[in-house]
Amino acid sequence: MRKSHDLTAAQQFRPRVRQAALKRLWCAALCAAAALAPGQAAAVTLRITPQSNLAILDPIWTTATVTRTHGYMIYDTLFGTDAEGQVRPQMVDTWSVSADKRLWTFTLRPGLRFSDGTPVTSADVIASLERWGQRDNMGQELFKFVARLDAVDAHTFRIRLKEPYGLVLESLGKLGANVPFIMPKRVAETPADRQIDDFTGSGPYMFKQDEWKPGALVVYVKNPYYKPRDEPPSGTAGGKRVYVDRVEWHIIADPQTQVNALISGEIDVLEQPAHEYYAMLRRDPNIRVLDNKYGAMVILRFNQLQPPFNDVRLRRAALVALSQKPFLQAQYVSSDLYRTCRSVYPCGSAYASERGMNGLLGGDFKRARSMLEQARYDGTPVVILQPTDLATISRLPLVAAQQLRFAGFKVELQSMDWQTLVSRRANRGPVAQGGWNVFLTTFNGLDLDNPVVNPALNASCGQAWVGWPCDPELERLRAQFVRATDPVDKKRIAEQVQERALEIATHAPLGEYFQPVAVRKNVTGYLNAPVYLYWNLRKR
Amino acid sequence: MRAFVLRRLLATIPVLLVVAVLVFLVTRLTPGDPAAIIAGNSANFEQIAHIRAALGLDRPLAVQFGSWLWDVLHGDLGRSFYFKLTVAQLIGQRLGPTVALSLCTIVVSVLLAVPLGVLAAWRHGGWLDRALMGFSVLGFSVPVFVLGYVLIYVVALKLRWLPVQGYVPLADGLVPFVRHLILPSVTLSVTYIALIARVTRATVAEALGEDYVRTARAKGLPEARVLIRHALANAAVPIVTVIGIGIALLVGGVVVTESVFSIPGLGRLTVDAVLARDFPTIQGVILCFSVIYVLINLLVDLSYALFDPRIRY
Repeated sequence: MRKSHDLTAAQQFRPRVRQAALKRLWCAALCAAAALAPGQAAAVTLRITPQSNLAILDPIWTTATVTRTHGYMIYDTLFGTDAEGQVRPQMVDTWSVSADKRLWTFTLRPGLRFSDGTPVTSADVIASLERWGQRDNMGQELFKFVARLDAVDAHTFRIRLKEPYGLVLESLGKLGANVPFIMPKRVAETPADRQIDDFTGSGPYMFKQDEWKPGALVVYVKNPYYKPRDEPPSGTAGGKRVYVDRVEWHIIADPQTQVNALISGEIDVLEQPAHEYYAMLRRDPNIRVLDNKYGAMVILRFNQLQPPFNDVRLRRAALVALSQKPFLQAQYVSSDLYRTCRSVYPCGSAYASERGMNGLLGGDFKRARSMLEQARYDGTPVVILQPTDLATISRLPLVAAQQLRFAGFKVELQSMDWQTLVSRRANRGPVAQGGWNVFLTTFNGLDLDNPVVNPALNASCGQAWVGWPCDPELERLRAQFVRATDPVDKKRIAEQVQERALEIATHAPLGEYFQPVAVRKNVTGYLNAPVYLYWNLRKR
Repeated sequence: MRAFVLRRLLATIPVLLVVAVLVFLVTRLTPGDPAAIIAGNSANFEQIAHIRAALGLDRPLAVQFGSWLWDVLHGDLGRSFYFKLTVAQLIGQRLGPTVALSLCTIVVSVLLAVPLGVLAAWRHGGWLDRALMGFSVLGFSVPVFVLGYVLIYVVALKLRWLPVQGYVPLADGLVPFVRHLILPSVTLSVTYIALIARVTRATVAEALGEDYVRTARAKGLPEARVLIRHALANAAVPIVTVIGIGIALLVGGVVVTESVFSIPGLGRLTVDAVLARDFPTIQGVILCFSVIYVLINLLVDLSYALFDPRIRY
């Protein structure tokens, strides 16, 4: 072997040249990689596990929460509701109402475009509202008062009412399903009883239908045509700015796997961790549990057509016997995840009140027993439907059964899966023919926060929600409420509605529970709202 | 052979027809109304009735069945009540992950279980045999979901070697595809290794006592050749049967593993469809399972002729 000092200068030089050339190549490669890096780094993907599988893509066709969230991703609304519960213009730029409160005129913001680049016009808005008005409870109520919707020009439209209606803006800016999302006219002209199949949207994201794998993956990308408002975001109002390039919804059915995926960083946001995992998630240094000030309400519903609860005295006795806290403790475990709420409207909402609650929901079994005696309760069993597969409510019927037993009712619990319960509760017939007496469910507070949207307060007999209360007085008060335009009057009437609902015991409100969202700490800007919103988020 | 295959294929038609009738009736007789589920929690009677009519569920049962059967005979499995996709598209999307998981599991199981079973039979009563029997009891006893969670905790969360959940198609890269399949395959394999190893051990042990094995040894053949060429080959028919049944069970029975590891396969599709009372999807998936079962049984039967020259069709 020759040593280096035996080599000629040229020979000694060559390896150095090669080394230098290699170094330069490495530098060039690294520089090229670095040059590419910004492009790659910019492609930020936010991974979310929603509260359930996205099965139906038409937010006007179903009230499913996950479909509503999908709606907020790809559609915008005329009005939004901010974090303080105030309705604010969103796609609307300016609006006015005539002195007689029967003619409402709205002008759209200039430059609004759908995700296919076509401009948003009054015709699109009118078609969208008409389709929504056929499906949504609040929309149906509004359209009872609408004489005509007409376009003044491409950006201005009017709503002419037959008589003043107190919930025009609340209806257009409602948060809960069905939300009046604005779609292109050609899409909104789809009959309301058929699902849409064109997902051209007006919102901050675009749905990637070609990448959709039902039950596994939903993909959204930034809508390049979306024009956010200038204001800061607040609830569904304000500027909906998108700071990520792609949002992926990873559908994970198993609650333990959801939590594991969040801990390992395979997902960034978990919408609804099961209640038993919150303590563990709070301890994880990489995860923030965002406490939610918006609760869901627990409801016990009576079937008013079948004995024993076709007797108002027995329904009232049940209200006297029931007590909220044991329900909430049994089901939602940790005291920071629930609160008692002695109102048929969510506590903290505009119409929340304790009016009519005196002596009710206090767990007074002694008084309930004497009420049963006075009503000559004949021992007809109370059949309670118990959904065993729905983790958020499966323990509630057990508590109801025990409390009603303590009051002297004979109780029979019947276990089934939730979907069977949903079908069975539609049966108006006697228990022996597949009917029922009691079931428990939960509602997002948004769906209960006034006498119109709250299905449990509808007392229009056969047209009412399951349980079918029938009370002209309650219906008269609800009709008064929708006509009231003064906030003070509205509040007064809403309280009267509550009082009457408790008098006839339409249902038993059993408190509220909370379902905080769990987010990894590298994601910031999550908007705390009663609905799940995925704009304003940044991911490091 | 050709006549046998044709006969067996023709025999599948009445089987599938019976399955079709049964599955249609079972879905319709089970409580649960898809229209009520779709309409949502606060829907009233009228809204539910509208959806029921839109789905065609207000028609008489016989008309619904006739219309569905007619479509199936024309190769149309129908359209999901929920997803804006045909059942065939849904099955197509979900078949890949399930087949990948099943094949991976069965390959791992066979590669480990058959040699272990042969060795245990060879060293009958020795430590390997006892260890294998112990493992078999454990493999049968530990629920799949428990093993899955333990593996996730140790391998994915603590060691961070593999992902917790999900499935990546082979088209997206071999490495992520394999990484996502290792934990679910290992989880599933344990039961099948236990099953196949026990059957292999029993049948090979029996074969080792036969005259032809004694003759082979007397001829001075190496022990490995005796074990593989003489004992295992003659014990292959029951082993192949168990493997075939295992594949068929895996395709339809991986639902727990698919849930724990969030793999979007046919098992999860079936459960989701049952819970949502998505009748066309339930019917389509069960028909698909039936076809798979029938075909696997046919393949198993045909494979007998390969292993046992005495069998001729």
